[in-house]
Amino acid sequence: MTSVTSISTLIPGNASAMPTSSARTVMQLTDVSVFYGAYEAVRGTTMPIREHQITAMIGPSGCGKSTVLRSLNRMNDLINGARIQGTITFHDQDLYAPNVDPIQVRRRIGMVFQKPNPFPKSIYENVAYGLRINGIKDNLDGRVEKALRDAALWDEVKGKLNTSGLALSGGQQQRLCIARAIAVQPEVILMDEPCSALDPIATGKIEDLMHELSRTFTIVIVTHNMQQAARVSHYTAFFTAEVDDKQVRHGRLVEFNDTGRIFTNPNDKRTEDYITGRFG
Amino acid sequence: MTQQPNPALAMSSKARSRIADRTFWAICLIAGIAVLAILGLILGSLISQSMPAFREAGLDMFTNTRWVPNDPDADGPAGPIYGLLAFAYGTVVVSIIALIFAVPVSLGIALFLTELAPRRVRGTVVTFIDLLASVPSVVFGLWGVLVVAPALVPVYQWLHGTLGGIPVLGRLFGEAASGRNFMTAGIILALMIVPIITSISREVFDTVPDSDKQAAWALGATRWEMIKGSVLPHSFGGVVGAIMLGLGRAMGETILVALVMGSAVQITPNLFAGGYALPGAIVNLFGESSGTFTAVLMVMGVVLFVMTVLINLLARVIVRRAEVRMKGATA
Ligand SMILES: Nc1ncnc2c1ncn2[C@@H]1O[C@H](COP(=O)(O)OP(=O)(O)OP(=O)(O)O)[C@@H](O)[C@H]1O
Ligand SMILES: [Mg+2]
Repeated sequence: MTSVTSISTLIPGNASAMPTSSARTVMQLTDVSVFYGAYEAVRGTTMPIREHQITAMIGPSGCGKSTVLRSLNRMNDLINGARIQGTITFHDQDLYAPNVDPIQVRRRIGMVFQKPNPFPKSIYENVAYGLRINGIKDNLDGRVEKALRDAALWDEVKGKLNTSGLALSGGQQQRLCIARAIAVQPEVILMDEPCSALDPIATGKIEDLMHELSRTFTIVIVTHNMQQAARVSHYTAFFTAEVDDKQVRHGRLVEFNDTGRIFTNPNDKRTEDYITGRFG
Repeated sequence: MTQQPNPALAMSSKARSRIADRTFWAICLIAGIAVLAILGLILGSLISQSMPAFREAGLDMFTNTRWVPNDPDADGPAGPIYGLLAFAYGTVVVSIIALIFAVPVSLGIALFLTELAPRRVRGTVVTFIDLLASVPSVVFGLWGVLVVAPALVPVYQWLHGTLGGIPVLGRLFGEAASGRNFMTAGIILALMIVPIITSISREVFDTVPDSDKQAAWALGATRWEMIKGSVLPHSFGGVVGAIMLGLGRAMGETILVALVMGSAVQITPNLFAGGYALPGAIVNLFGESSGTFTAVLMVMGVVLFVMTVLINLLARVIVRRAEVRMKGATA
């Protein structure tokens, strides 16, 4: 148990990391299974995403964290043969209802990827891109500046907005990608291992940033870094891969709870084994 | 683990790899020098062969629009006039028309193939385009003269009727005496260079990293917005390269242009008038030429060569600047 307590001490003492119990549910997954062709990658996931809270998804590699994350803004639609069963609602509306346009979904539920992927355009155009495709034309400069400020990047790039986004460092590029995502004012931001390519200082900046952003946005983050999940998130979902009786591996949600509970007093033995490092 | 590798052995294997390295380096060097030498030889002999023309006709060749190489009825000017401007004009106009038609079509097909088409359609279209690429240009030329040119005459007449009256712009759409003119030649030429621009652009579009496309999708881009945001900026340099290859073929194309455009030596804004381009002139006139006349044809070759080189340099500069703007100095 020593290692559990050592991790729990990493949870910041301030109240902002405590889940707000009154937080509304923005998204709800109910018995969601995701298939790639005939392969059921994730089976039967039920969990809420709460407003203005940071929800972390952790678990061993291949357990389906990215798969579930991508299903939240219908990025899986772009993969041939991918489909879901069960329901995902966004403000009580079925995300996968036939009349829902995935493009509109993605405009309200943004995404930041593992590898920083700015467009081969200037810093300014990277941030303005989302605004332009959303038909926002007024006060572009102001909106770009605000997004860059909110992404804690403004001071580093304000003198060179017309240089390429690819000429920035990895950590700056990732914050540029965050700025690009928040510029269009989505409600939810999905982040798939956003810090895995970054050094501890850049990671720290992005973690601080996530706290700031959670005042305005709802955040879901996939991470392999247990300390990061403990530091930044209010809720944690622990996934693992199980082998069924036909010897096929499926991802499964083992436990969803307040981050504090998951890291100090998990309900499930597998969660405890994983976070104490006895697994994976 | 405990035993050190034999130092002599290690050395000899290193020496061997060095020999391989050197051999490879030498082969590359020879190949590189050979290319440069051949290019230099061509340019050198072109220039030396064209010296008589420079001595006799001088810079008048590059400023004069008249072309009277010989004067059988002796009722014209006292000496031959070798103005090359009309030929250069013909080459430029035909190439521009070809690009105006070929570039949008090629990029459209390439984008369709990489971003939209299901795999089966993709294969069929690619086969079809490859077939188009293998049609000899003389066949394109004959088809242009015998089929396309007559068929387009009514279209040209209609265009002349509707657009001919517009002030400045209307002058482009003059009378169409026959279908053998700048426009028809440009269109057939476009058809000929579509395959090369398409297949190279397609490969360029294919190299756009998936992560870049995902970035656009995740912002709620439509397919076209994704293409504008990710695919096109990424492919700019490669696409310009593809267009340059197409342009190079268009400018150098001889038989097709000569067949379809006829041989009227004139500079006119009317796109429905006949013209003459440099390569066609060289081929058509070489047999009947001698002395200074032959040297003038050599000058035509030099002009074509210089035009191609200048356009390629310009393209390089454009691409370089765009790449720095889009991808940073390291690109
Ligand atoms: N595009 C795809 N096509 C087919 N199968 C896929 C695809 N993407 C993922 N899978 C499969 O789905 C399962 C879950 O993958 P996923 O990428 O969601 O795991 P993950 O938990 O994000 O892993 P990691 O931590 O390594 O990123 C894996 O077995 C994987 O092989
Ligand atoms: Mg993943």
